[in-house]
Amino acid sequence: MESNLKNENKIIIKPPRSSVGILGWVRENLFSSPFNTVLTLIIATILWFSIIPFLQWAFIDSCWLPDSNCRETNGACWSVISSNYKIILFGFYPQNILWRPITAIILLVSLLIISRNRNYWNKILGYSWIISLVIMGILLKGGIFGLEPVDIEKWGGIILTLLLSVFGLTAAYPLGILLALGRQSKMPVIKTFSVFYIELIRGVPLISLLFMSSVVFPLFLPEGVSINGILRAQVAIIIFTAAYIAEVVRGGLQGMNKGQFEAADSLGLNYSKTMRLIILPQALKIVIPPSVSVLISAFKDTSLVVIIGLYDLLKTTQSTLSEPKWMGFSAEAYIFIAIIYFVCCFFMSNYSRKLEKELDTGL
Amino acid sequence: MKFTKFVIVCLTVLMFAAVSFAGTLEDVKAKGYIQVGVNGSVFGFGKADDKGVWKGLDVDCARALSVAVFGSPDKLKFTPLTAKTRFTALQSGEIDVLFRNCTQTLSRDSALGLDFCVVNYYDGQGFLINKKLGVKSAKELDGATVCVLPGTTTELNVADYFRTNGMKMNPVVIENTAELNKAFFAGRCDCLTSDASQLAGQRAVAPNPADYMILPEIISKEPLAPAVRHGDNKWKDIVNYSVLTLINAEEFGITSKNVDKMLKSTNPKIKRFLGVTKGNGKALGLDEDFAYKIIKMVGNYGEIFERNVGVNTQLGIERGLNALWTDGGLMYSPPFK
Repeated sequence: MESNLKNENKIIIKPPRSSVGILGWVRENLFSSPFNTVLTLIIATILWFSIIPFLQWAFIDSCWLPDSNCRETNGACWSVISSNYKIILFGFYPQNILWRPITAIILLVSLLIISRNRNYWNKILGYSWIISLVIMGILLKGGIFGLEPVDIEKWGGIILTLLLSVFGLTAAYPLGILLALGRQSKMPVIKTFSVFYIELIRGVPLISLLFMSSVVFPLFLPEGVSINGILRAQVAIIIFTAAYIAEVVRGGLQGMNKGQFEAADSLGLNYSKTMRLIILPQALKIVIPPSVSVLISAFKDTSLVVIIGLYDLLKTTQSTLSEPKWMGFSAEAYIFIAIIYFVCCFFMSNYSRKLEKELDTGL
Repeated sequence: MKFTKFVIVCLTVLMFAAVSFAGTLEDVKAKGYIQVGVNGSVFGFGKADDKGVWKGLDVDCARALSVAVFGSPDKLKFTPLTAKTRFTALQSGEIDVLFRNCTQTLSRDSALGLDFCVVNYYDGQGFLINKKLGVKSAKELDGATVCVLPGTTTELNVADYFRTNGMKMNPVVIENTAELNKAFFAGRCDCLTSDASQLAGQRAVAPNPADYMILPEIISKEPLAPAVRHGDNKWKDIVNYSVLTLINAEEFGITSKNVDKMLKSTNPKIKRFLGVTKGNGKALGLDEDFAYKIIKMVGNYGEIFERNVGVNTQLGIERGLNALWTDGGLMYSPPFK
């Protein structure tokens, strides 16, 4: 069409300058009516008076180098991060062998990035996940291949946050699906158990479960027997998240058209095949958005382990802030960990949107 | 019915398991380390530095215990505990000893099933105020908003103090020390109350320390002591005498620097104390030279105090009640014989 026009030597008149480009966009969107103009001016003033001082505080007046004297500047004290990043990010992990957790995290992140693309979803990727998890475990724990052993109690900071959330979420999801199926089941014992479990767990806050696991549970163990605090918190998080996932998945199951079940029956499929081949793939697809929000909130909830004295990312930060030298610079430190949490959560929600789009069959 | 029987059998087995539990000393020696409950976020008492190394007065006392049992200050594993989880951790056997600037009280000593050992720091509760408030005594704080940490004896004490003096108070309860300070310096409350050991340090980090003052009143007794499980007397003796070794060494003027010279001392008391004359170690079930090793590797009480909380640290605390009894303080060790 365009080539036709050119061939006929028609003159193409450009639109006036004031209606295209940046100027045009500004006119169209910010100053199109007197009301919009006033709104734009008010918002611009607010931004001017909040963003400029913030930039001044965060970048111009700030100090960045480790061990600089922060109390003499008016700006942000990023030194609290640069001086303490090792303990904030890795807790009590021995600082001479930090390459091990760093390698493990890089491995995890690169696998996550590869898994983002569904074209790579095949058996090889599955096996490489399993192998990598073993390698990560070996790297962190040590004790073989001449690696210095490191106690699990010493895993802290982002290692602990990732450990609690990655294992918490991967274990909670299948458990949640089983519970959802159990709740829909016609067998009374399984159904009662599932309903009881889900309602009981959903009826109490995560904090109380964590307290139970750290304060009450050990009292029931015989003296001398103790279960690692991290493991106890991990189990509490799995139990809690599974109950929420179960309800989300149940929503998906109930949203399925009855015809799908009948179609499966008429094909002569048994229960497990019906679920595995027909119902669950569709049901899980429609509950992607709510399950991702459950996962995101579960990820952030791992920071509640602070109250039972585990050194996750939040606790290591707080511990740094209780040093007299760094007292009062909590804003900077919290901004730093907020960015870390944001990046992780953004990755998850971004991934879910992508998955949703790819799996969309228009049904 | 069958199920009930099963439960009963299980419970019985569990009770027997509890009864057949060996002493803490044997357990500790078998596993090769002492699991110590510490605070984890109080500078000067128990906190990891930016290298992840545990430091503080409580930590050093725990190191003395480690030297007594293993002859090395590093056979320790630390469990950071919150105010709420500290006692359960001890009761359930998750930790072997609690060195967590913990106030000895009657109810904790009896009903909670704990035994407190010898006090390693005498603290008391005070007030930090902004000078602008124009108050010279805690008695003038009627109607004040008070910043205080929850779940500790601090909160109780301040409420009691205001009630007994017929004053009103508005507590502002904040869970975390750093946030508490921030709120106070931002003018959220008229005064901040906490243990006197903390106030000096908190004042030091104020944007302008000269604007703040500590009121003269100390409104409570806070004897901070390590704790062990009730009923394990042998272990309690060892914890006690590890801490007392530090105090006794200061009484004799023995430091980590001169302890080797002191081995040649002719004073029979010092000879017995350092294990040159044998007897003390066997009585406790430890090596004869445990006191010598503690002083050599950890130092005496004065050295520990000065390097963790003393006037040259950021906390800048005077010895006060924590001086030796001969200097007007309360630190007193029974004779080592």
